[in-house]
Order: sequence, then C-alpha cells, then structure tokens
Amino acid sequence: MLFLQAIQWILDPEHWSEVNFQAGIAEELGDHLWLSFLAVVFTAAVALPIGLYIGHTGRGRGFAIVVANVVRAVPTLGLLSVLLLVSLTIPPAVFVFVLLGVPPLLAGAYAGLEAIDRQTIDASRAMGMTEWQILRRVELPLAAPLILGGLRGATLQIIASVTLVSNFGINSLGDFILGGLAANDYVQMTAGAILVTVLALLVDGLLAVLQRFATPRGVPRGRGASTARVRRLPVPNRAPVSEGN
Amino acid sequence: MSITRRGALGAAAVAAALTLGLAGCANSNTIGGGSSSSPASSGGATASGDAKSIVVGSANFGENEILGYIYGGALADKGYSVSYKPAIGARAAYLPALQNGEINLVPEYAGSLLSYLDKSANAKSGDAVKSGIDAKIGTLNAKALDFAEAADSDSLNVTASFAKEKGLTSIADLAKAGTVTLAANPEFATRPDGVKGLQSVYGLKNIKFKAINDGGGPTTLKALVSNQVQVADIYSTTPSIKQNKLVTLTDPKNLFASQQVVPIVSTSKATSDLESIVNGVSAKLTTADLLDLNTKASGSDKPDYQALAKAWLSEKGF
Repeated sequence: MLFLQAIQWILDPEHWSEVNFQAGIAEELGDHLWLSFLAVVFTAAVALPIGLYIGHTGRGRGFAIVVANVVRAVPTLGLLSVLLLVSLTIPPAVFVFVLLGVPPLLAGAYAGLEAIDRQTIDASRAMGMTEWQILRRVELPLAAPLILGGLRGATLQIIASVTLVSNFGINSLGDFILGGLAANDYVQMTAGAILVTVLALLVDGLLAVLQRFATPRGVPRGRGASTARVRRLPVPNRAPVSEGN
Repeated sequence: MSITRRGALGAAAVAAALTLGLAGCANSNTIGGGSSSSPASSGGATASGDAKSIVVGSANFGENEILGYIYGGALADKGYSVSYKPAIGARAAYLPALQNGEINLVPEYAGSLLSYLDKSANAKSGDAVKSGIDAKIGTLNAKALDFAEAADSDSLNVTASFAKEKGLTSIADLAKAGTVTLAANPEFATRPDGVKGLQSVYGLKNIKFKAINDGGGPTTLKALVSNQVQVADIYSTTPSIKQNKLVTLTDPKNLFASQQVVPIVSTSKATSDLESIVNGVSAKLTTADLLDLNTKASGSDKPDYQALAKAWLSEKGF
C-alpha cells in the first residue's frame, strides 16, 4: 500500500542523508523549519503590533481588513517566482511567506482584543490603569487564546506553503514532492506530503499546548464546555466580532 | 481558509484534509498500475471516437507548448477539431496521458523519448534512435511520425568565467572542477541520461544536484550566474545561452542523445491524412525556427504561444 511504502521510505536511514543526489530528509527538514520559523517570526513582528493597535484603539480596522484581504489575494507562487528572480536567496522567500501569514495573525490579534468585554476595559481604566497597562495586563492575557489561534493559523499556512520554494532550487520538503512527481515516484511524493503534514501537525500541537497555558483562568477556552461555568454576571454582552469575510 | 482559527480542531481538520487529499491523489494514480497520471485527466473529455477530433498535449515549457500549437494549428486548418491540453507536466505525466487516450498528439524529443521507453537504450544517432522508438512506442498505443530537422537537446552550461577558471570545454572536464552543483529539472536526478549518466558515462562523482523546476528557464539562469550552481542544464535552443555568453560544454561521449522533434500520435488517430499533414509541418521545422520562436517567446512583449504558432504556420505557407 502506497501509504505504508511512504512510511517505509521515510524510515529508510539512507533517505535522511541523501535523496537522488540532493539533500536528504534531515537537511530538507531543517531548512524547511528554518524558513518557516523566520517567516513566522517576521509575521509576528509585523502583524502583532498592528493588530494590537487596531484592537486597542479601534482605529484603522476597516483599512486593515481591506489590506489583509488584498494581500491574501496575492498568488504566492507567482510572487515567489518574481522576487526570487531578483535575488535567489532566503529573504525574498521569507517576505512572501510573511505576506501569507500576516492576515490570519492580524485578524486574530484585533479580533481577540475586540472580543473583550468593554466593561472589563472600562473597569481597568476606572481603576487608574494607563493605556499601556490595560493593554499589557488586561487585554493581552484575555485575548491570548485568540491571538495564539491566529498564530497557529499563520504557522500552519506557512509550513504548508514553504514547500513551494523547492520549485526554485531552495531547499524544503517540497523537493521530495516535486522530485517524486517528476520521476513518477509516488512513494517518494507521498512521503514528502506526509513529512510536511506531520511537521505542520506537530508544530500546531506545540502551539496548541502553548495556547492552553496562555489562557488565563476563568477565560473560556475556545469552544470548550467551560463557557457556561465561568460566565459570571449577566452583563449586556456585545455581539461576537464578525470577521472580515 | 478563515481568518482566525479558534480551536485545535479546525487546524487539525484542515491539515488532515490536506493529507487525505494528497494521499487520495497519489492513490488514484497507482490504482491503474502506476500508468495513469492525473494532470491531464481533469478535463474529462477524452478524445476517443471521432478520428477527426484531436487533443494536442504538450510538456510544461514554452517551446513544447508552441510546437503543440503549431501541429494543432496545422490540423485545425485542415478541418480537424483540435483542442489543447498545454503544459501538462514532465514526460512521466504526459506520456501516460497519451497512452490512456486523454491526449492524442504530443510533440516529443527523440532521444529523451527513447530513454523513457527503453531505460537501457544507448542509441545516439538519429536512425538508431528512430528504430529504437518504433520498436517500443506501441506500448503507448501511439506512433512516432517523421523526425523534424529541428533539434533541442539538453546542454550543460557554465558561465564564461567559471569555464575559464577551471579550463572547461567538455563535460568530461568537469572532473577537474572539484565539487560542482548542477541545476536542472527535478527529473534530471533520476533520468538515465541525467546525473546517473554523468556518473556512468563520464565517471563524474563530484556532481551535486539541485532541482529547479523551470526547464532551464530564468530561475535556473539566475542560479547559474549568481554561482549558486556552477552547471546548468539548459535546452540548446534557449536564447539565454547566447544572451549571457554561457559556455555550453561539449558532449563527446553523447550522453544526451539526438533530440530531434518528433510528433507522436495515438494509433487510433493516425490516419494517413493526419500523418501527411503532421509530417508536412515537421519537414519545414528547423532548429533555427525553434531558436527564433523561443527568442520571440521570451521577448519583452510576451506574445501568446498560440499566436506565435499561427505566425510561424502562415510564414511557412500553411
């Protein structure tokens, strides 16, 4: 069976050092992770400040939605091929994947802040907290689950899309998929797909754990059953934030 | 994908769907004994039945697409109903599509076709290649028509400065160049006349491979001139070789076989009428034409491939 053969292919120690005169699984995996990591870090560096600003002040939300949606319409493969012709190096590739990662994280950040009960914020302000303190000590912890949710979405998309750089001679797990396709070697192709999927799931799992720990006590975790239990006072709640599309 | 993903469930479901999608895709390709291939099958309209309706396929690089439009255009002029499946993919994708009737005609290159059909083939001259192909092509339910004079072979190229520095004129000279990285399409890694051929025919053990999936196009060129790779496989009719003063390494041991253009057509469609039309086109197709078409196609005004094919046909009096 193809799936089992692919697993066997992955477990073959030879394939970890070299595959068809090219980098083996170990090197491709490392390069794939490194490129994804860089992209996620820069995504966070761009999207978090903007998202928190929008969420905290409520300013520029419409503008951000428009920009994020326009950016999402950019064809990643096409942009890669154009930018890598300028310089066949890592930075332009990272730039393209940052464009891919910013919309989900941006949305997570401002939606997370906007979803916080206004009365909580007003109470903090009434207690004499500065805007910065409100952001850091009230809004950020309360919005953490949604922000991390956005980060997970961005990370998942980046890890899956980094495979594209293999078209241009930059190492990634996509090399196995492309090489397998070109040589009619579906075992290798499936193995490449499995590797990408497992990597994405593992990283997503790690972030899920982080998300759990980042959730302050008393805040409902996602769609968990705890919602009913922690609802304290029948406050007039704002309607849930509607999303960009 | 939605903007936010609130739960682990959503993310996992997406990833799982992806896995299933990929696995399912690969599975469907192997059920048919590994012979059917998906890229061309999406259209669904297989062109069996009416002998006058032809589906022309082509490989995923410009020259071959133009050739597809040239042969298709000539047939359309003579009353055939022609549809196109351009840029299907690599040989391993479009030949199975021909075999199972999803496409009926595809412009091929003699040497590569032979080594696809017969892994142990070592015929290099035009005639030997032709008889080798004729002996094996039945397995594709297809027939090879006349070879055109036009040829477009793989060629290994280095930059002028690298050639001078290492004293390179032929592929054999690469032995003294230290470890070099070679860029080519991904299939070059497994092709018998790819890296394996460099090892067995030229005894080169110092070649590292880097797959760049653009058929010796702009990215490959970029990698070569920026010295990320030292050798690049670029088709011999590519204008960029001259434009960038690349040095094409000679191939004294004929690693790359004669690569004349040869249209291959499904047996069920190979009427004598069709053959004479296609052969008429091949008779007028020269290597200079290919270079000219490729130069135009890579020009700044980016003409449409089909328009280029039309222009060639009318220029040659079809």
